[in-house]
Parts: sequence; C-alpha cells; structure tokens
Amino acid sequence: MSVLIDLFTLMAVGSGLLFFLAGTIGLLRFPDALSRLHALTKADNLGLGLIVLGLMPQAGSALGALKLLVIWLLALFAGAVASQMIARLVQGGRGCGRG
Amino acid sequence: MRAGMMNASLDAVLVVTLLAVALFSVLARQARAAVIGFIAFGLLLALAWVRLGAVDVALTEAAIGALTAPLLLGASAFAGTEKPASPPLRLALAALCALIAGTLAVIVLAAPEPAPSLAMQAVAPLGALDLGNAVTAVLLAYRALDTLLETVVVLLALIGIWSLAHDENWRDAPASPAAPSPPLDLLARVLPPVGLVVAMHLLWVGADAPGGKFQAATLIAAMGLLLMMAGLTPPPALGDARLRALVVAGPAVFLAIGLAGFLFPGSFLAYPDGWAKPLIIVIEMALTVSIALMLLLMLLGPGARKPSA
Repeated sequence: MSVLIDLFTLMAVGSGLLFFLAGTIGLLRFPDALSRLHALTKADNLGLGLIVLGLMPQAGSALGALKLLVIWLLALFAGAVASQMIARLVQGGRGCGRG
Repeated sequence: MRAGMMNASLDAVLVVTLLAVALFSVLARQARAAVIGFIAFGLLLALAWVRLGAVDVALTEAAIGALTAPLLLGASAFAGTEKPASPPLRLALAALCALIAGTLAVIVLAAPEPAPSLAMQAVAPLGALDLGNAVTAVLLAYRALDTLLETVVVLLALIGIWSLAHDENWRDAPASPAAPSPPLDLLARVLPPVGLVVAMHLLWVGADAPGGKFQAATLIAAMGLLLMMAGLTPPPALGDARLRALVVAGPAVFLAIGLAGFLFPGSFLAYPDGWAKPLIIVIEMALTVSIALMLLLMLLGPGARKPSA
C-alpha cells in the first residue's frame, strides 16, 4: 500500500515539475507578454496543484494535507489576480500605443 | 541512507543556486535586474534557513523580504541615473567583501567537530519562562535589549524616511496600476481575513513554535497595504496623533516594562518571578501592532498624504 502511495507521489510531483519546466521554457521563449503569462499560470496552477496533490498523502495527517490544499488554493487565487492585473496593464499599454 | 543522499544533493543544488543568483545580482548592469536577483536570493535564503532548521529565521527572511522588495524596486527606479563607482573603489570593495567571506569560511571550516556549544546551559534556565520556542525565549529574555533596540531602529528608520526623503522621490500611496481593478478588489476583500487569522496564529504560536511578532506584523502590514492598493481604505493621515501614539506604543510598553524591572527584580529588562510569560505576551502584542504600522507607513512613505497644515 505504502509503495503504491509513494508511486502516486512520484508520478504527481514528477508531472507537476514537468509543468513547471514547460512554464519556464514558455516564459523564456514566448514572444509577447500575454503568451508568457499563459505559460506562467500553467506552471502555477497545474504544476503546483499536481505537486500538492502528490504531497498530500505524505503529509502524515489530515490537517497537514488540508494545509497543503489551502496553500495551493491561496496561490491559485493570488496568481489569478496578479495575472489579470498584468494582462490589464499590457492591454492598457497597447491602447495607449494605438491612440 | 538514500534520504541522506537526497538531502545532500538538495543542499548542494540550493547552495549552487544561491551563489549563482548572488553573482547575478552583483554583476547585473541595471539596478532593477540586481534588485530582482536580490529578491530571488532572499527567497532561496529562506529555503536555506529551513534546511538548517532555523524556521524562525526563514519566516522572518521571507516576511521582511516581501516588504523590502517593493522599497528596493522603487529605489532602483532612481538609482540608474547615478554614475557607477570608480574602478579602484569597486576593486577595494570586492577585496573587502572577499576578505570578510574568506575569514568567515575559515572560522566555520576550522571549528572543531562537534562545535563547542553553550546551548544546553543556555536553554536550561529558560524553562522558568514557560515558552516552548527557545528562539522567542532567547529573544525576550537574554537578548531583550537587542529586541528592544531592533524595534527602536525600525522606528528610527520610519522617522528618517519621514524627515529626509524628498517628496518628489516618493510616489503616492501604492495605488493600483490599473485602477479600478475588479480582480484586485476581490483579492482585497477575501484575503485580509485569512491573512489576519494567519498573523494572529503566527503571533500566538510564536511562544511554542516558529513564529512571532515580526512575522505577524509583516503579514498585517501586507494586508493593510492590499486594502489601500485596491482603494478600499484610504491611506492614513500621517499627522494623526492616534496613529503616531500607536506607532510608539510598542517600544514604549517594552521600555516601561524594562524600567519597571529596576523596581522589582532589580535590573533593567528583568521580569519578576512568575510574571515573565504574561509580560512577554503583553510586549509581543504591543510590538506587533507598532511594527505592523511602522512597516506599513515605511512603504507608504511621506508622499502618501501631506499633513494638513
């Protein structure tokens, strides 16, 4: 049973890291701010989510697992707001450029 | 054994990344890039403190770093116009820094194994304080004078900012860059209750586990700044007497309890028998409020709102 749980953790954390890798490559390689933002939020949302999911069975207690989940939800919330604000700034800048 | 190897490789990666980010920050040509590197360095340093088992220091590093980052970023906007230091001066600075780092490395590497430690003798009498967290106990018992001076230093920094900064060098209160911003508005409505609960938890748990007033105060200050950035709360008037009273209340309470120590146990900053724990809680609470306000006001700067003449 514990081997299965460890395997699950390895798989989930591994795929979470893949998302972080892809997000970082996207951040460095994508041409414009909105695409880079898209890459970054993928890493934050899915990457961190998968890592948290993988670590939850290892937390040792239900409370510890719940704390991990709350950390992910808070990061999701803050990330969503921050990317909205950056996107609005980018769009605002474009508007000024055209006008 | 495998876990040991994993930990060692994790530490190695951490150390190499720390050095790389530090080099990036030192060698960066633009002040802004150097500051961004320094912020990343602070985060990695917090991780290093966790690996060393100093969770209290890690929390402080992360919390203070989060609040100094916008100050440094703001300052970097003005730093680009200055001429860089002359090459001999930079060489002298580099030599001095290398000398300090080298001396520290020699001292650490030459320490006998196991390192001589007075920790056991130091921790033994702390049981009388009824504090489970040795760091808090040391900070408020042996090092009470340091802790007092630290908070006074923060107060002096705030007074310095208010007195010395040119108004034009400070922006107004950190306004939302794309105001009005509905997402920021939502964040500022939902997050502060969560942040305040976590801050209270950090303050209370500081007696028995990593946490304490500085960490709690930075969280409270951040929540206040969030409210102001979203435009939900106007920045405070700096001339407000109540605000200034709250700012000095923490150090004043600490100092008063310290002076009272002359009367009862007989020396400065000594706590009477059996009263140590309640007095420490009073000091921590009062300092939390004051430090939170000081940090908030430091970030707002003197340009937030001119005092009404």
